[in-house]
Amino acid sequence: MNSLLPLIRNECMKIIKKKRFYVILLILVVLVPMFTYAQMRSAERNREKFSSDWRLELQQQITDNENSLSSSRIPEEWKTYRRIFIQQMQYYLDHNVNPNEPSGVTFTREFLDNSISLFIPLMIMAVASDIVSGERTTGTIKMLLTRPVKRWKVLMSKLIALLMFVSLIIVSVFLVSYLISGLAFGYGGFNVPIFTGFQLSGDSVDMSAVHSVPQWEYMLMQCGLIWFVSIVVALLAFMVSVLFRSTAASIVVMMAALIAGTILTNMASAWTSAKYLFMVNLGLTNYLAGTPAPIEGMSLPFSIAVLGVWGIASIIISFAVFTKRDILN
Amino acid sequence: MTAQENTDSTGTVVLSVDGVRKKIGRKWIIDNVTFDVREGEIFGFLGPNGAGKTTTIRMLVDLIRPSEGSITVCGYNVNKQPEKALQYVGSIVENPEVYSYLTGWENLQHFARMQPGVDEARIAEVARTVRLDQRIHDKVRTYSLGMRQRLGIAQALLGRPRLLILDEPTNGLDPKGIKEMREFIRRLADEGMAVFVSSHLLSEIQLLCDRVAIISRGRVLAVGGGRELVARNSPYVLWELEPHEQGVALLESREGIRLMDPAELELDDAVIANMGGGSAVTIMNDDAVPDTVAALVASGVEVRAVHKINPTLEQLFLKLTEGETIE
Repeated sequence: MNSLLPLIRNECMKIIKKKRFYVILLILVVLVPMFTYAQMRSAERNREKFSSDWRLELQQQITDNENSLSSSRIPEEWKTYRRIFIQQMQYYLDHNVNPNEPSGVTFTREFLDNSISLFIPLMIMAVASDIVSGERTTGTIKMLLTRPVKRWKVLMSKLIALLMFVSLIIVSVFLVSYLISGLAFGYGGFNVPIFTGFQLSGDSVDMSAVHSVPQWEYMLMQCGLIWFVSIVVALLAFMVSVLFRSTAASIVVMMAALIAGTILTNMASAWTSAKYLFMVNLGLTNYLAGTPAPIEGMSLPFSIAVLGVWGIASIIISFAVFTKRDILN
Repeated sequence: MTAQENTDSTGTVVLSVDGVRKKIGRKWIIDNVTFDVREGEIFGFLGPNGAGKTTTIRMLVDLIRPSEGSITVCGYNVNKQPEKALQYVGSIVENPEVYSYLTGWENLQHFARMQPGVDEARIAEVARTVRLDQRIHDKVRTYSLGMRQRLGIAQALLGRPRLLILDEPTNGLDPKGIKEMREFIRRLADEGMAVFVSSHLLSEIQLLCDRVAIISRGRVLAVGGGRELVARNSPYVLWELEPHEQGVALLESREGIRLMDPAELELDDAVIANMGGGSAVTIMNDDAVPDTVAALVASGVEVRAVHKINPTLEQLFLKLTEGETIE
């Protein structure tokens, strides 16, 4: 551990000096105000439409969805989803809680929900994809591996530095979206009750375990899950970076996998063994919100287990390949 | 400290390469490489591009594991105990690859953290040694190739190595830079460091090295003193005579002189550039040159120039592989 610390310092220095992290912050600072503005406009419009009564708005949503259930043109899976949605909205209505009350905290919660399966992984890839392949592209790997340090230590220092930056990215996403959206919606909303614990069974929701938690507690759980997903994505990107010599190739491979995940989520409900793929399991926060899983048989513990296995396998492959491989060019 | 005693007792051999072979795919790309490098000597590793020089160097620093044979640095096997063996080695494999987005100083700091006993004072010292101290806090992307080369050497020297491995160190340098590099390497060797230098240029190795190993097609063809290896081959002599025809006729008539057609010879570009239209190339013994000149002068031929041309690497190889079947 003693000899690892200077190596981790090296890796952190390289990540910072490559300015990858600044690019991530820049992307956030540009995109979050855009989303905030979009959210603001839709809140304004709803206020006009329902004369600032959120109950009317919610009732309207329920009615719209109920109407669509009778249409034969809508696939059965979508109907399941809508039935569950209606039940949830009804629950909020019955308990007199506005699920869409605009506030900086609510915006952040929704933003985190929506960014877990593509946006955050993308930003992690900005750091992870070239952490090993970049050294090979520039040839500096030769300098790195001809020092009197064991190869596994070199790789371990990179992995630890990467995980530190992953954590930093999540904190940044949270802070930037809270601080910027707060300007528009106010910084309150930590104590708004959020319902969680929806148990999905078939096409109905089991409400027996539903309870309300303050929004801050909900977000803590949410961030924990996002952190776990991010670690797994980072480990996979790390492995791809070890396996591919070119940074471009490693980015393309990871992007393809992630995008395939979002496509599969929308169409693979019949192909049940797809649930063992890591990319359909990334939406862990959906379980908290009670959104139905894309493929039958998926649950929070199942998804965590699948992601865990993928993550551990990536670590094993990364280290096995990196410590044995001949550096030919 | 035990390592220190260990190497002293085994004598002055710093690097020992014994029967190393490497198979990639189905092909033996390195087939039996054996040589020793001793303290205080500059050891040349000579071979054409693609002969296996870089692969061999990569094996010396544990980037590639040999399929057979062993490589020992100061008593430690490089592949079995890399973290022990490599602390005595400073190396530049192929180009000096450094992080262009860091400053020279940050690069040196980076590599200093990877080995014990290198402090800030040492970093400043090596920066001065390679005369980069003026620009050391600039980003490396603003450096010229020569400065990057020097930064690479500074990085290699950080850990006070006993063996310095340089792969084509004069590649891409201007004549002044090449001369400085040679002087610098010589100075390091005089201080007791073993320096291993690879090159595909015979003249480079002749000017610089105490001993040479010649490699071709993955095999070491000969190991020996640089001058001996070259001297073993009868050199060409270039004549510039006036009038040309009369002189050539006289050369042809003399015993022990064979006239060559310059077009068929593989000569260094530098020689070809200086050759006038009226030049003749012969193969002959050195000792016969004064007599021949006297005879030419006596018969009224003006001798404008006479000089010896060393064989090129290709010709040396032909000589060394004579009698062997070449696939």
